[in-house]
Amino acid sequence: MSRYTLASSIFNRLTGLVLSVGLLLLVYWLMAIAAGPSAFARALRLLSLPAAKLAYAALTVAFCYHLIAGIRHLVWDTGHALERAQSRLSAYLVVAVSLALVLLIAWYAWLSGTRAP
Amino acid sequence: MSLRTPLGKVLGLGAARDGVQHWWTQRLTSVALVPLSIWFVVSLLTLPSLDHATVVAWMSQSWTALLLIILVLVATWHSQLGVRVVVEDYVHGTGARTVTLVAMLFAHVLLAGAGVFAVLKVACGGAA
Repeated sequence: MSRYTLASSIFNRLTGLVLSVGLLLLVYWLMAIAAGPSAFARALRLLSLPAAKLAYAALTVAFCYHLIAGIRHLVWDTGHALERAQSRLSAYLVVAVSLALVLLIAWYAWLSGTRAP
Repeated sequence: MSLRTPLGKVLGLGAARDGVQHWWTQRLTSVALVPLSIWFVVSLLTLPSLDHATVVAWMSQSWTALLLIILVLVATWHSQLGVRVVVEDYVHGTGARTVTLVAMLFAHVLLAGAGVFAVLKVACGGAA
């Protein structure tokens, strides 16, 4: 037993928890929009703090990893790719694909650039 | 030799007392969240701006509102199922565990309700 199984399992849980906290942010954002333009402007000050931007980065990483790792779990549930070598390969594949996804989102967000938050 | 009791076998229940329901619901919500979450992220990235007027106009479209409501419900449901497993694994002592589980359930219901309420309010023109 090597440590990658442990790492991929823990990281899937951890990113899931991060996304659960992210739901709080999502609902706060939705409530702020519903509260009208002036309330939204106040909320936007909070949502464009450096700490909030750090949270967006963490959420992007968590989302990408949890999405791809979740698809790996769904493939397992069909009974496929459960052999040790395949599982090892898919663990690294998940990291590679989710990292590429993070870069894609970051690139796109940066490209569409100046708009806040 | 099977470790399952004859009664457990008949009822289809495991140690978690509610059988495969939790496992199955977690899978169903996962499957639904793949397209829903990708749709949401792509929408956020492709909106021309994230200012109030643009987002309200976007959320006022019927399909957007509908999908957002489903996203909020399914995501909080999936989150509730996941958080529950983590609490069951790491919070020890029946009292502390029960209190944490109930608090997490209430928090998730509150989140789901608030999210759906907000989307409906915007979609019905209440955020102008």
